[in-house]
Amino acid sequence: MKRHPLTAALLRPQFAALAAVLFINWLLFPGFFTITWQDGRLFGSLIDVLNRGAPVAILAIGVTAVIATKGVDLSVGAVMAISGAVAAVMVSSGTPATIAIPVALLAGLVCGFWNGVLVTYLDIQPIIATLVLMVAGRGLAQLITEGSIVTFSDPLLSFIGTGAFLGLPMPVVIALVLMVGATLAVRRTALGLLIEAVGVNRSAARFAGISSRLLLLLVYSFAGVCAAIAGLIVAGDIRGADANNAGLWLELDAILAVVLGGTSLLGGRFSIPMSVVGALIIQAMNTGILISGFSPQFNLVVKSGVIILILVLQSPMAAQWMGRHLSFLTSPRNRSAK
Amino acid sequence: MNRALRPLLATTAIFLLAYIAAVLQYPSMLSTRVLGNFLTDNAFLGIAAVGMTFVILSGGIDLSVGAVIGFSTVLIATLIMWAGLHPLLAFAITLVISAAFGAVMGAAIHYLKVPSFIVTLAGMFLARGGASVLSPDSIGIKHDLYTNISRSYILLPGGGRLTVIAMIMLAVFVLGIILAHRTRFGSYVYALGGNETSAALMGVPVARTTILVYTLSSTLAGIAGIVFSLYTSAGYSLSALGVELDAIAAVVIGGTLLTGGYGFVAGTFIGVMLQGLVQTYIVFDGTLSSWWTKIVIGGLLFLFILLQRLVFSASSPRKKAFRKS
Amino acid sequence: MQSKAELWQAGNGGQDMADGETPVLEARGITKIFGQHRALDGVDFAVRPGEVHALLGENGAGKSTLIKILTGAYQPDGGEIVLEGAPIRFTDPLNAQGAGIGTVYQEVNLLPNRSVAENLFLGRQPTRFGLVQRKAIVTEATALMAAYGLDIDVRAELGSFSVAVQQIVAIARAVELSGKVLVLDEPTASLDRNEVEKLFEVVAKLKARGLGIIFITHFLDQVFALADRVTILRNGQLIGTRDLRELTATEVVRMMLGKDLAYGHSTLPVAEAAKGPVKVTFTGLGRAGRVAPFTLSLHEGEVVGVAGLLGSGRTEMARLMFGVDTADEGEIMVSGKPLKIRNPAQAVMAGFGFCPEDRKLDGIFGELSVRENIIIALQAKLGWFRALHRDEQDEIAGRYADDLDIRAASHDMPVKLLSGGNQQKVILARWLANDPTFLILDEPTRGIDVGAHAEIVRTINRLREEGLALLVISSELDEVVAYSNRVVVMRDRQMVAELHGADITPAVIVAAIADNTGSAEARI
Repeated sequence: MKRHPLTAALLRPQFAALAAVLFINWLLFPGFFTITWQDGRLFGSLIDVLNRGAPVAILAIGVTAVIATKGVDLSVGAVMAISGAVAAVMVSSGTPATIAIPVALLAGLVCGFWNGVLVTYLDIQPIIATLVLMVAGRGLAQLITEGSIVTFSDPLLSFIGTGAFLGLPMPVVIALVLMVGATLAVRRTALGLLIEAVGVNRSAARFAGISSRLLLLLVYSFAGVCAAIAGLIVAGDIRGADANNAGLWLELDAILAVVLGGTSLLGGRFSIPMSVVGALIIQAMNTGILISGFSPQFNLVVKSGVIILILVLQSPMAAQWMGRHLSFLTSPRNRSAK
Repeated sequence: MNRALRPLLATTAIFLLAYIAAVLQYPSMLSTRVLGNFLTDNAFLGIAAVGMTFVILSGGIDLSVGAVIGFSTVLIATLIMWAGLHPLLAFAITLVISAAFGAVMGAAIHYLKVPSFIVTLAGMFLARGGASVLSPDSIGIKHDLYTNISRSYILLPGGGRLTVIAMIMLAVFVLGIILAHRTRFGSYVYALGGNETSAALMGVPVARTTILVYTLSSTLAGIAGIVFSLYTSAGYSLSALGVELDAIAAVVIGGTLLTGGYGFVAGTFIGVMLQGLVQTYIVFDGTLSSWWTKIVIGGLLFLFILLQRLVFSASSPRKKAFRKS
Repeated sequence: MQSKAELWQAGNGGQDMADGETPVLEARGITKIFGQHRALDGVDFAVRPGEVHALLGENGAGKSTLIKILTGAYQPDGGEIVLEGAPIRFTDPLNAQGAGIGTVYQEVNLLPNRSVAENLFLGRQPTRFGLVQRKAIVTEATALMAAYGLDIDVRAELGSFSVAVQQIVAIARAVELSGKVLVLDEPTASLDRNEVEKLFEVVAKLKARGLGIIFITHFLDQVFALADRVTILRNGQLIGTRDLRELTATEVVRMMLGKDLAYGHSTLPVAEAAKGPVKVTFTGLGRAGRVAPFTLSLHEGEVVGVAGLLGSGRTEMARLMFGVDTADEGEIMVSGKPLKIRNPAQAVMAGFGFCPEDRKLDGIFGELSVRENIIIALQAKLGWFRALHRDEQDEIAGRYADDLDIRAASHDMPVKLLSGGNQQKVILARWLANDPTFLILDEPTRGIDVGAHAEIVRTINRLREEGLALLVISSELDEVVAYSNRVVVMRDRQMVAELHGADITPAVIVAAIADNTGSAEARI
């Protein structure tokens, strides 16, 4: 019997991990699952997890495709700062948000495109190519804000960070729309398959007639746009642009979310929704640590623990060990083929 | 001419030209006072950058150095102020812990076959987190030794001061140069960065060298932490935020190839000084803001990555296979 | 360390040669199995001190497996290795090096980023107080290089020298470290004539010194110029070890490709010339250093076989046609219209298909499913937005899987789990799904179990009948004869012959491949 695809998806370990973290949170804080309706929107810890997790989820949506091509983007945190700065400075100097927001997104696009050009046309390794913007990007953001925290009171921009739609916080709505949109965009077109093909075997992709350059440009540009959206949310949330701290270290959270979601750093198969689940696992841990009264910095320790666990589980050594000690789980035929 | 020398010469030329231009504009920048401050203000960065040079030469990267510096300052502060230990004992404990930390990261990179940036990223989280678990707040350090050290310096002709921490940095650079260019370990590091498969076939102890490289980097980050605590007389979990990026930039601007195998420890010194020059110029100027530092550093980083591609890819027909980096 | 002066006079080299019957290194009944594939089957091999022993065989013959076993990179599944009369087990290449077996690879396995001196002394630099004695190393290295006839600045980085110099440095290091047996794995593949001569001088000196030298190459003239004996492998089997003074080049080629004259007059049908219109024409296509300009037209419903030894330029020719490498000169006409092909994507748009020789590296997407592997080229041609619906994908994959009899438990399983033959068929299906006009197959039966060979040959014949133009590169001459309307022969990166009709027999092809290389002057 074939399982329904949705059932199979829900049986993945990521959902078990998310459920486990949520369960622990519930043990720590019995009111964790309580959701109330107030002032036309939902409130509760669970909603908070979704809301706080949205920026990293949005970054992860962009970074997923980059990692699927065997690349990585270290600059998304800095790009967040740039887009937030652009939007904040524009609206605070009187430009309507309807113009400021597209310009901020364009800034993200340009940043991503720049990364893509370095990776495809100058053939610089992704980690190094995106490092340049990681270093300089924050300086650019500060240049735009002239070093101060630019505050604003534009209703549209702050709505993006703090508003609600159909009872759900705006960041959650945006992340959902982006997740569904990006998933459809890669799965209803050939993009998803072509990206995976390039990530699995770039040489074979070339022989099969795939032009990987355009594809890589698209993927890095999209990561830049996603970062810009996340930057707008963070800026809207605090009604200001803080070039120093906006998106600080979030590129690393985004990569972690993608890896948690099951996309290999060596490229290939990817799943955007699973990366979002990865981002939610991270946020659920953050929230859990917060409500249990530990210092918020403590979740860095937990996060590093999670990375180490994943690395150990994914390593060839672990596979060998499991092959030796758990060989009764595999059929004799599998063993002889090894 | 040795290809690897070209980026280094370019850096040196850029530094000299930039310094001359700065002096022409602000003649007072040509003084031992400014130079002394250069060294003192960038001592912790320079020390960490020496370790980063070895890591990058070996073909890896270490994102944890800033966090290890931060952790070290907090550990030293808690050991001295709360546990009442003598600073020298606190330093020794800090160095042992940071060395062990690096060794574990190196072992993970080698045995788990994971890219170094992921492992050292986990290390960064762990060290920052550990530091804030020890103490989320800044702890001031008050001890006679600290006062004495900050008061002692060698007076340079022209009124400049060569402080103890500047001397520590210079010593680290000298030892780093000897280690890289005059020992077997140094030649193994270059061999790993050149081609790991060849290196293994030629009898380079790959596991030991990898572990030692990261041990060295973390130990030097620990020393940088000591220096930072002497510099600020405090321990704070968020100190030296982003120093890993400054260190990487200094290494690359100093002419070391980011993919490993080529470069000089001495070049890193110039890279650090160039960053110091940019900062000092901005302070002298007064109208430019500090964020220009990051933009200029980012621009230089890009320039040198581009330069390296031109110098190294044009003339080397055999491309290295994809490496963990 | 041994002084450089005695390097070349090292004692009893001459004596060893005289009673050179005792091998310095011997492999007895070596068997190596990968999965269900027997890469080596009871192979005997022996190299004597003071001899150059050539090891020949086409790709997949087992010679690189044998070398890896002799140098400790692989462990044999059967048989034993004997070093100077005593059985020995090498745990890894370092271990073999220490026991006296040094290897020099085509892709020099040294460090191009370090100086010549450091490459020679890495890991054994003389030190004082932990500091490397750089002066001593430079002096020693300079003397060592002089002994090998090289007057170079040993402080310069290895990568700044020509490949020939790098090869000699690698040989010097291997001899210094090991000193009993030297394995030269295709050392001349990227050298020009002068460099080859230089290298041969060095090898001759080492031979006189009493080293056993194993020499692997594709160039027959070099085998005759340098080697004393030859061992030939085919399909993991030992074909024979012979004294080269008793052999002609034609005989060597015949042993490599498995043809004898009796078999040459085969019962296979003599191919007719194709009657269809011209489909693709390559006029003066060439690229400096890879393939000399060649001209070739292919007709509808025609198979052109390409024969030639490995390294003869046959694969390079196909890569130019498909735009994998860009041609410096020449023109391409497809169905009478001139066309520029500068990359594979353009070739695919022009209706070309290419099944590359190295399936794993250039062909399959291991993690992707059989279905995705089949539809990928069609999808690349359709572009980003005209995605094939899942039902269409299933239909296409199903059709070609049935058509080519691809045996997979499911079309959704990763293609890497399939056998080599089925993977090859998947790649073939990928191009057929694209409705090609011109198909290039590079060694389509390589690494496939013998049973599947006939199936591939039948498929090629069927595609010809369906009107496709095919270019098939193969070293299986029986098969070339069985499907080719014409055969072109490549040698030394040039197209040297075109065979028609009754000339298409293994014997004629072998003669054309061997030609010059068999002539008297090449034989010492």
